[in-house]
Amino acid sequence: MNRGAPLVALLLSALTVAAMAEPAPIVVGSKTFTESYLLAEIMARTLEARGFEVTRQFGFGGTLVCYEALRRGEIDVYPEYTGTISQVILRGANPVDLDDMRRRLDADGVDILTPFGFDNSYALAVMAETASRAGLRRISDLGTHPDLRFGLSHEFRDRPDGWPGLRRAYGLETRPLGIEHGLAYQALVEGKIDVTDAYTTDGDLERYGLVVLEDDLGFFPDYRAVPLVAVAVPANAKSALRTLGGTIDAGTMRSLNAAVVVAGRSFASVAEEFLDVGGADAVSGLVWQRLARNTLTHLKLTGIALLLACSFGIAAAVVVYRSDRLARPLLYFAGLMQTIPSIALLALMIPLLGVGQLPAVVALFLYSLLPIVRNTVTGLRTVDPLLRRVAEAMGLTRHQQMRHVYVPLALPHIFAGVRTAAVISIGTATLAAFIGAGGLGEPIVAGLALNDTGLILQGAVPAAALAILTELGFELLERRLIPRHLAAGRLPE
Amino acid sequence: MSFMPCVQFDEVSKRYNGAIALDAVTLALPEGAITAVVGASGSGKSTLLQHINGLLRPDSGALSVFGAPIDYARPEAFRRRIGYAVQGVGLFPHLTVFENTALLARLEGWPEQRIRRRFERLIALVGLPAALADRFPHTLSGGQQQRVGLCRALLLEPPLLLLDEPFSGADPITRREIHREFLRLCAEEPVSTVLVTHDMREALDLASYLVILRDGRVVQAGAAAAVAATPVNAYVADLLRDAGR
Repeated sequence: MNRGAPLVALLLSALTVAAMAEPAPIVVGSKTFTESYLLAEIMARTLEARGFEVTRQFGFGGTLVCYEALRRGEIDVYPEYTGTISQVILRGANPVDLDDMRRRLDADGVDILTPFGFDNSYALAVMAETASRAGLRRISDLGTHPDLRFGLSHEFRDRPDGWPGLRRAYGLETRPLGIEHGLAYQALVEGKIDVTDAYTTDGDLERYGLVVLEDDLGFFPDYRAVPLVAVAVPANAKSALRTLGGTIDAGTMRSLNAAVVVAGRSFASVAEEFLDVGGADAVSGLVWQRLARNTLTHLKLTGIALLLACSFGIAAAVVVYRSDRLARPLLYFAGLMQTIPSIALLALMIPLLGVGQLPAVVALFLYSLLPIVRNTVTGLRTVDPLLRRVAEAMGLTRHQQMRHVYVPLALPHIFAGVRTAAVISIGTATLAAFIGAGGLGEPIVAGLALNDTGLILQGAVPAAALAILTELGFELLERRLIPRHLAAGRLPE
Repeated sequence: MSFMPCVQFDEVSKRYNGAIALDAVTLALPEGAITAVVGASGSGKSTLLQHINGLLRPDSGALSVFGAPIDYARPEAFRRRIGYAVQGVGLFPHLTVFENTALLARLEGWPEQRIRRRFERLIALVGLPAALADRFPHTLSGGQQQRVGLCRALLLEPPLLLLDEPFSGADPITRREIHREFLRLCAEEPVSTVLVTHDMREALDLASYLVILRDGRVVQAGAAAAVAATPVNAYVADLLRDAGR
């Protein structure tokens, strides 16, 4: 473990240096739904057409993650909606119009460029059959059908201009289920839920023949799509993006969305067709290349996190195991980390460490601590008291007792902990894509946004395979390091 | 007293959670001889033994070993001059017979060849084949494990050997064999030995000096023959009668 620590430090600093040493291309970000990806791709291509170098960092999980990344200069531009700006980013400030918003965001070094030209408001959608069966036309009609099951996206369910406000405005009584937006339509079709939230420009509305309920009380605010851009971005890049102003109306947006979700075309080709740039068919790499790249990133994230967790966790356990007063706080801390949902922990990392691989590694490290620390402490504490007495009586120093007696005898426990941590990390690392760390979560996040099962499987299957391979690898390693008769589950003969 | 003491207890008292384990024990154990500390379980004999290598510290009183007080802050070098073997043997299950025996010598920086020679000599003295060297302890019989335990305790050629009922797990026949081998070992390499046992017969078979302990107090101490000839009270007489002497 002493040899591992400097190696890890080196790797981490190499990561940071590599991130800083690159020239400064314009980083375009997006959230995790089709329209956001499309608008981001359209902006990226517009910039590229003017000769700017562009880096795509698509698929940030949620508004605050995306905005924070922009504010901290991790990304330079991403598509946002005026309603989201006023309700989420400037919550409580009640900006009156676009200029007012612009003034307030200036403090964060953020500017709003010309709106794209369409309004993508929230809406509630139901299946056509449900609408005709229950006689639903307007949102107020829902009040008379308390039996309808609501499945709402997590963000909609929690934001003030979403469900909480809507419920008050229309006096609705239902308790909605939280559901990933990408899965909501499938759930509607399969009859698992009756009502979900949708965006008015959603391509899926056409695909599934959904009925949008009229917002008869005018509750939903304006959601005009705009590019949010860092003030620091060069003026000529901003003016390039301004040329997109007013070029996309709601109908155009809906058909662009549908081209992706219904016809299954790539963002790149749809964006290209829209811009009518012509030229080479830009696909972002072959499936296998992408798979290899994602898998490598995934391994790097989990590998570094696990190495860190092993060196810190085992060392800490060795120091504290004798004393309950020291061991408890450590175990409680590690346990606490475990109770924070992964996506929340990743989001909490952003203000401290920004986005990308560093916060992802730190989060995975924190998740790995509990199994490693707990197993090591248990392993050390359960060493046979007779052997402890002999080790001390024969004149071994504390350090020698640890190295020659305690650690070897606790090794099966320690190994089990590391294995658990490794498998948990591989699973959790798929969520790291939400904060731009890449890895096998990338196709999963994109797949959820696109409602594309194939794409989801491109991430999920290799992740599962990786978990199994890791198990096997550890089993082989264990066989080499631990005498057979000490391995778990064997009785002495 | 007429002998050089290698271990000296002076008014040593020890309590566990309020119960008295040793009560003002004053004792001098002879150098170069086998001393047996005899007592029923709970008499404090194991506590007494663990004071000698500093695993336990007296609540009051003083103790000197090798003619000097124990340095409790850095006891390791001191303990390496004291061999220690216990009931249940305590061989490390993750190390082979040879690795168990060689552990201390390796840490002391002995050349591997010297360790090997010493190991082979000891293993032969206790009547075990050297081929056992690479086996793990769990593949050995109880008697074999006890013999290996003795070898481990003696490897560094310690001037003092502490034995905490090391033979009590074995069946009577095996025990007799191990006794014989132990005496042969002591004849080859004389070492001051303190043996703790509840078995008066074993004590009389092996030891030349006896200490009878009861409820943390020394009932009688002296040369084995003298104790056997003139038991100081009925308790000691009973112990002797049960041992058939």
